[in-house]
Amino acid sequence: MKKDIILAGVGGQGILSIAAIIGLAAVEAGLYLKQAEVHGMSQRGGDVQSHLRLSDKEIASDLIPEGKADMIISVEPMESLRYLPMLSPDGWVITNTKPFINIPNYPAIEHVIAEIGKVKRHIIIDADLIANDIGSPKSANMVILGAASPFLDIEFGKLENAIRFLFRKKGDEVINKNIEALNLGRKHSEKML
Amino acid sequence: MQKLLLLGDEAIAQAAIDAGISGIYAYPGTPSTEITEYIQHSKEAKEKKIKSTWSSNEKTAAEAALGMSYAGKRTMVCMKHVGLNVAADSFVNAAVTGANGGIIYVSADDPSMHSSQNEQDSRFFGKFALIPILEPSNQQEAYDMVHYGFEISERYKTPVMMRITTRLAHSRAGVVRKQARAQNEIKLPEDLRQFVLLPAIARKRYKLLLDNQIKFEKESQENFNHYFDGNDKSLGIIACGIAYNYLIENYPDRNIPYPVLKLNQYPLPRNYVTKIINECKEILVLEDGYPMVEELIKGYLSIGLKIRGRLDGSIPRDGELNPNIVAKSLGMAVSVGKDIPALVAARPPSLCKGCPHIDSYAALTEALEPYGKGRVFSDIGCYTLGALKPYEAINSCVDMGASITMAKGAADAGMVPAVAVIGDSTFTHSGMTGLLDAVNDKSNITVVILDNSTTGMTGGQDSAGFEKIEFICRGLGVEEEHIRILKPIHNKHEENLKIFKDELAYNGVSVIIPRRECIVALSKRMRVKFAQKDKK
Repeated sequence: MKKDIILAGVGGQGILSIAAIIGLAAVEAGLYLKQAEVHGMSQRGGDVQSHLRLSDKEIASDLIPEGKADMIISVEPMESLRYLPMLSPDGWVITNTKPFINIPNYPAIEHVIAEIGKVKRHIIIDADLIANDIGSPKSANMVILGAASPFLDIEFGKLENAIRFLFRKKGDEVINKNIEALNLGRKHSEKML
Repeated sequence: MQKLLLLGDEAIAQAAIDAGISGIYAYPGTPSTEITEYIQHSKEAKEKKIKSTWSSNEKTAAEAALGMSYAGKRTMVCMKHVGLNVAADSFVNAAVTGANGGIIYVSADDPSMHSSQNEQDSRFFGKFALIPILEPSNQQEAYDMVHYGFEISERYKTPVMMRITTRLAHSRAGVVRKQARAQNEIKLPEDLRQFVLLPAIARKRYKLLLDNQIKFEKESQENFNHYFDGNDKSLGIIACGIAYNYLIENYPDRNIPYPVLKLNQYPLPRNYVTKIINECKEILVLEDGYPMVEELIKGYLSIGLKIRGRLDGSIPRDGELNPNIVAKSLGMAVSVGKDIPALVAARPPSLCKGCPHIDSYAALTEALEPYGKGRVFSDIGCYTLGALKPYEAINSCVDMGASITMAKGAADAGMVPAVAVIGDSTFTHSGMTGLLDAVNDKSNITVVILDNSTTGMTGGQDSAGFEKIEFICRGLGVEEEHIRILKPIHNKHEENLKIFKDELAYNGVSVIIPRRECIVALSKRMRVKFAQKDKK
């Protein structure tokens, strides 16, 4: 088993919580893991990405080779396109549709969505809408992770366990909302497949 | 033993705790910040009473650490690569005094300049100081090397450098811990003149350092450097530090046909280098940062064996390595994905919504309109983003503290008013001495100290001058009526504008302190406050 994942977003959007949950689940599954993060200047509203590599064998490079990523998981639609050079021809793009507009020249969102549509395998999801619907707008990241979960080769229950562990200090309500968000994301992808 | 999932930085910090340090000294700087933060947040470190308060700058950090080493205890100093320039005076001389308790300097380089103003290679500094350098290729090695580094530091009474790069510092992987070791007892140096670098003593100490070189090289031959033989001698590969990972990434079965020298410790191991050069027809050097090893082996005249690397274009001269760059240098086919669609717009970092610097720049830029553009010297911090659109408010960012002294020089040249814009933490790091120069010379400059009460760019660490800035300025001799504190907020724009205009017109040193808490720090503080209230 080997999964090379690019996590994409804008500094401050919290892509690292997605990485942390996949990471915890991977450790529970006994997998090797390497995860390269971006800290520092770009965190101030710039584009950020994380290379997350899982494998049942030891992993060499902290960076994924170009054109070899199995999936791009993005919490922002335009950011999902920035890393297409990293994606393998059969790779998946799983992305939020809600744009994060902090630049004056952000392209028209319908053009962005149309570009994503050109990727052979893609899942687009309005994670913010789904998270708002369940009264937990901060859980949009978990909706995205849920949407990516069918492609991760990690038992779904292990992702739920990881959420329980990561949010253990925040109480049952936060945990349950995040698990609900995760499940709704997964259902969305299962419908698309 | 326990296995933890750690950033490279965190692996180094955990190892320092386990190896029995009594204190860690640092000024925040990407990508080194998380080493000290990990120790500050560690329950274990707290129980062991390990000192971990931020220092004002890298030089004060290095000196405090040397004092702890003098007292016989183990200690670590951490900085980003350019921080080592600040600490250099202490660092280079500490190689001559030598150590008592073990001391490791961690210098974190930033090839590709993800968050820095240059990509200088700290190995040159280690070589310059003539001390052992450790360069881990992964998180586990980083952990293990810290233990080893302290051992040789105490065995040879020498400071040791650990050089890492951003990619290792900020990448997470599993790390197995070792048995923790107790801290040293206080113990004076055997020779109480060891640290007195008067010329007569320094000459002896320096000879000792030179004599130690052969021992350091022997350590390099016997510890973290490895030679893997290969049948195909048409090429030999020297892979330094993290470059080794990119090499084996291209051989999924780990079967490399060529001899490989995996280089993790300096001075260079002469036995292995000689062997690979004698046995192979051509050498490829893979190293992140400057072509240090390549240049050493190639020599100025490059009349020996063909040496490939960054100098002959086999690898780009600048920027960080990756698996594809290494594949290309080996003549392998590389995979490429689709191009980035043309509509994808650049998203540079920017000042946060609600950031106090935005209001400060609005007032400053408007106040400067009558004088024309191009007279604002600035510094290193979040406010450096004021150089970008839509602000375009500053004209320099060179090194910590340079805003004030560059403004002074420009004013000396006749460019008045000259303005310096510097953050509170950068001011106490390296701005205070420059301000003293300006006061003593009655320079016609206006210094704007943006006081957001934190070290913002690196994630909100304590600022050394918290609630002290105006008193420091007063103490340095700035006239009281020309120290102006204001609140940078939109509805006080007119009031603030007048203060800026008045002080720009003043012929002498004036200091304006726009003071409002960093918006990120504020919201973090509020979150914690309300979370605690909820609990009650």
